[in-house]
Amino acid sequence: MRSVIFRAVAPFLTSLMVLFSIFVLLRGHNEPGGGFIGGLIAVSALAIYGIACGVETVRRAIYFHPMAIAGAGLFAATIAGLISVAARVPFMTGLWVYPSLFGVEVPLSTVMLFDCGVYLVVVGAISSIALSLEERGGE
Amino acid sequence: MAVSTSPPADLSAALVIEPVAAADWLVILPVAWCLAFGALLVMLRRPIGLHPFIAVAGLAGLVVIDGLLLQQVIASGPMTMVMGRWLPPFGIAFTVDLTGALFALAASIVALAGGIYSLADINDSGRRYGFYPFLMLLMAGVSGAFLTGDIFNLYVWFEVLLISSFGLIVLGSEREQIDGAVKYGFLNLVATTLFLIATGYLYASFGTLNMADIARKAEGLRGTAPLMTLTALFVLAFGMKAAAFPVNFWLPASYHTPRVVVSALFAGLLTKVGIYALIRVTVMLLPLEREELSFVMAAVGALTMLVGVFGALAQSDFRRMLGYLVISGIGSILAGVAVGGPGGIGGAIFYALHSMLVMTALYFASGVAAKLGGSFSLLSLAGLYRRHVGFAAISLMLAFAVSGLPPFSGFWPKVMLVKAALDIGAWWLAAALLVTGFLTTIATGRFFLLAYWRDAAEGRGATAEAQIPAAILLPLAALTVLTLTIGLYPERLLSTIQNAAAGLSEPSSYLNSVFPGAAR
Repeated sequence: MRSVIFRAVAPFLTSLMVLFSIFVLLRGHNEPGGGFIGGLIAVSALAIYGIACGVETVRRAIYFHPMAIAGAGLFAATIAGLISVAARVPFMTGLWVYPSLFGVEVPLSTVMLFDCGVYLVVVGAISSIALSLEERGGE
Repeated sequence: MAVSTSPPADLSAALVIEPVAAADWLVILPVAWCLAFGALLVMLRRPIGLHPFIAVAGLAGLVVIDGLLLQQVIASGPMTMVMGRWLPPFGIAFTVDLTGALFALAASIVALAGGIYSLADINDSGRRYGFYPFLMLLMAGVSGAFLTGDIFNLYVWFEVLLISSFGLIVLGSEREQIDGAVKYGFLNLVATTLFLIATGYLYASFGTLNMADIARKAEGLRGTAPLMTLTALFVLAFGMKAAAFPVNFWLPASYHTPRVVVSALFAGLLTKVGIYALIRVTVMLLPLEREELSFVMAAVGALTMLVGVFGALAQSDFRRMLGYLVISGIGSILAGVAVGGPGGIGGAIFYALHSMLVMTALYFASGVAAKLGGSFSLLSLAGLYRRHVGFAAISLMLAFAVSGLPPFSGFWPKVMLVKAALDIGAWWLAAALLVTGFLTTIATGRFFLLAYWRDAAEGRGATAEAQIPAAILLPLAALTVLTLTIGLYPERLLSTIQNAAAGLSEPSSYLNSVFPGAAR
């Protein structure tokens, strides 16, 4: 699979897919999409990069160990549930704030934090599996 | 039951949403706490030296939280929190009654003991494999299973603890461990699938997954829905999880393969989650079907006890023998569930709590014996008494406790169970309980005689006093002291357990906690 064309295109394709995965993650609240499917798209981006340029490159590129990413996601999801302590509502209740950044109202919520957590868990867990499978395949 | 069962129940009282008091957070905190610590440990991959301290601190915190939760439930009755402020029966409810709180507290004590023991048993490679994150996530699953008030959510927590236990059982990736893990994993997945199928049937007939709602609606659906089929499926699924005869064979095939601390945690936690779910579903949700099935369950219980104890008598490996004693204990608990009534259910709950503490301690003891004597096998294990008198005394106390001899914690539940069995005229069940106790005494006595009193063979140099690391001796001694204390001063625990059993058979306060004002 290491043809010149593929290797030349892979970085662009990967960055585009990662961007698209974040788009899918963020649109997920009101329309089809969300953390799980976004995470899967991001993992396929990493997998393509790994096939083209080698697993070691991907591991360097994502900096953190995939399992650490998954752990961070789980932690974010737990925190998203625990924020409702402060508002005196039950665990996991959705809470919204609408700060205005440069004149644009940006709705932020614990639901979104939870969904980002799901995204990270999927990215971490599935890419951990995909990368180790690619490593085995290359031997 | 004097409960309204018409489908459009008046839920107007539940629509008034009060601010959540700080004490109510105790309902969900054990799970969130364990998840947060587990996630933190997964993130900290490099500094594995820190793992044990973070995990032990987390588990100590868990014991405190569960203790406060039990205190709160004793003071104010069952407590409910519905996730995300979706109202029951649609939102996922966490409802804690006395039974759940007692089991959760015992589980956290066992986990803390395991966490301390692991300081001396899990080396750097075990830490790198992720022992501590798995332990915390296992506890999240176990706590969730004990505290949830939603039957599908119960299934989810079963999955969480099952996946964590897969991670723990293959720790080290030795050939023998993979072999044990495959048997354990496959049979547990079959049981989980049965549980899921039963839950699907239940949802199809009831249209709800909330336990309180199921308990309310069971009365009205008895004529039309296949409740016996449902109950039989649940009993089979949970019986498999709990290692009841004839679906017990996965336990002796796998429990002796992992690290000692992992075996100890499994013996203390996993089968007891299965038995807790069995008690919850058969006693609280489908009580009339339990009565119909009671003869079958009593027969299964008696056979499980006897198969377990005969297996224990035949073994020459310390950990294999303990695996069979776990099974035999499950049989006694099943007998209590089958007999029913406050005595039977109370005895079952008490026996389960006792078994959690004592079986964990006994697995710890097997680990110490292997450290001192160099083997788990009776053929070469000898002279432990001379090596360490204090350890021999602790082992003897634990052997008494597991056999149900006074003055240890095993005595009282056994008395309750025998009395409950005699009260309903099931003399054969009472006889099975007593014979099992007697045979357990012989099995553990045989071990004590050979491994502790027999002098070590020449040339093994086993006459010198040996040292046991404090991290091992402390949890072992603490659990032993706990069983002794329960045995000597059972009154408070006994009355709490009787209230817990009453709350299961007459769950009006449980229902009231989920649907305020809906149940009388």
